[in-house]
Amino acid sequence: MKPDLLRCKRKGFRLFAEALFTLSGTVTTVVILLIILFLFKEGAGLFRSNEVEKGYSLCVHASSPVERLSPAQIKQIFDYETEWIPFRLEDLFDRYSEEELGKDYALLPGKLGEEITKEPKLVAFVPTQYVPTGLPTVRVLPGSRIGWLRFFGGKEWMPTATPAPLFGVLPLLLGTLWVSLFAILIALPLGLGATVYLSELAGEKMRRLLKPAIELLAGIPSVVYGFFGLVVLVPFLQRTGGLPVGETALAGSLILAIMALPTIITVAEDAMRNTPKALREASLALGATRWQTIYRVVFPASVSGISAAIVLGIGRAVGETMAVLMVTGNAAVMPSSLLEPVRTIPATIAAELGEAPAGGAHYQALFMLGCILFLITLLISTAAEIISGKSFYNKKGI
Amino acid sequence: MKQFVFLTLIGVLCVTAVQAQKVKGSDTVLPLSQKEAERYMKTHPSATVTVTGGGSGVGISALIEGTTDIAQSSRKIKFDEKQKIRAGAQTVEEIIIAYDALAVVVHPRNPVQELTREQLEGIFTGKITNWKEVGGSDLKIIPYSRETSSGTYEFFKESVLKNRNYKNGILSMPATGAIVQSVSQTRGAIGYIGLAYLNREVKALRVSYDGGGTFTAPSVANAKNGTYPIVRPLYFYYITRSEKAVRPFIDYVLSPAGQQIVHETGFIAL
Repeated sequence: MKPDLLRCKRKGFRLFAEALFTLSGTVTTVVILLIILFLFKEGAGLFRSNEVEKGYSLCVHASSPVERLSPAQIKQIFDYETEWIPFRLEDLFDRYSEEELGKDYALLPGKLGEEITKEPKLVAFVPTQYVPTGLPTVRVLPGSRIGWLRFFGGKEWMPTATPAPLFGVLPLLLGTLWVSLFAILIALPLGLGATVYLSELAGEKMRRLLKPAIELLAGIPSVVYGFFGLVVLVPFLQRTGGLPVGETALAGSLILAIMALPTIITVAEDAMRNTPKALREASLALGATRWQTIYRVVFPASVSGISAAIVLGIGRAVGETMAVLMVTGNAAVMPSSLLEPVRTIPATIAAELGEAPAGGAHYQALFMLGCILFLITLLISTAAEIISGKSFYNKKGI
Repeated sequence: MKQFVFLTLIGVLCVTAVQAQKVKGSDTVLPLSQKEAERYMKTHPSATVTVTGGGSGVGISALIEGTTDIAQSSRKIKFDEKQKIRAGAQTVEEIIIAYDALAVVVHPRNPVQELTREQLEGIFTGKITNWKEVGGSDLKIIPYSRETSSGTYEFFKESVLKNRNYKNGILSMPATGAIVQSVSQTRGAIGYIGLAYLNREVKALRVSYDGGGTFTAPSVANAKNGTYPIVRPLYFYYITRSEKAVRPFIDYVLSPAGQQIVHETGFIAL
């Protein structure tokens, strides 16, 4: 073959490979952006949904002083906690047979009107198409949209309550942060201790044995951690602490700490070992002891890598789903102590998305939770990026 | 030769098109209909029945959209779902294929033996918080519920709580197995599970629906003779027009052989 032709062929191949890499890069970026767009589009739909279930209305007697009801008030009424009498369509079916309601339920609105007229304290929850029209005694309560404030400031998460679901995201958000915070507080000293031992103190043989073992921990499926937590950790905590219930935030934090450890140790250890040998030797040559070298020289030199390891560990804890779902008890309450059950955002999405009707308010609320989680992890990884970019050497001008 | 292959292919396609049926819906009913379909296909080699889960609501909406032939459901079809079918000028047929009883379970060392429906309602809505209020020892009550996606959660709310909401922040477990596990290791716990999941690690309570008149223990026999109150039917739904296609399989499920499978999978035969 002529050298010219060969060069040409090589060039063609290079161009082709470049195009392929560019294409795969672009496609990946576009797909990720589209997924994020989809997430926010579905989530934003929540604030266009009505507070009362789709296709239904609340009716009261015209003389009733009730003007407007908040979801919390509606829930109280339908839990029989007020003087008002809740009325559902099922109550009508208990009183009348299908025949009495006529073909295609033509007589249903009339009967409903009678019921409302009879009892001025009634609050009826009925499909909008069967609301009795033209009756002077019946008034339909105006529906309002789900508000930002009620979503982000609400303290009750009851997504399947009828007639009006309660979407208060606060207990879930705080639950997630609460569990992750304590997970990282537990993992931090342990992880840093293990890192210092592995990179500075352990012999080569020990290190060769321990490092893969720790990395292996990262490969265990999270559902196995969850099962271990439920069967071993939860009863253990309950017995030793004399707790009424073992599924607590503490159990979740401990499991998450174990799960975050391999990430922290691996990344931090790499950072410490990458400290230039010259630095270490210079320190020792100046007469510093091994310990002084570690905490005066090696540690500051690798502080950005260590911080990145911690932030990555937090990210792992915040997004973890399965293990937390199994051990924290999933009670949507505002976290007040470590020994109470909590519910986290990932666990909520995993547990509820299966049966939430597509396009409904519940479905959109779960997507909104996904958006919140996305923003938290975005914040965390940006922080990791900034921290690891800030190098010790740049600062000291070495 | 080519023509022959082509013709047999068309023939095979026609036969499967006639015989293939899709069943979709409730995860509670899933193990039962899977087994039914397996045995049915063994005895009727020309038929294909595909069974998938996803939840009762998913199954019924698939039936409305026409993407499944039979919807399996652990709850009765809702009023607005029926309306949607009616809007498409169709009617839906309902077949009860089996029953499922829910047992209320506590820790084996809990001295309480029986509760009324009203007491259960109080416990799960958060009005009753200590076992001594219902005749037990001085111990906090820890009620365990299922996740909101479960049909069991809905049925318990409807039957026992009379549509009132569960207490705010009730512990909710992702699976029935997790409830058994948690109740067996928590002294003050109470939970509800399908009869098939009942084992020695938890204690089933006797329940009364007449304000304390008679208490009945959950068992297959009591559920069958109607004395145990927390029993729900399991349904198959199909569009009346497709009766001819789906009837052979449903008839098999209702036959003695089919009902034997119901018994084997831990549900209550008709």
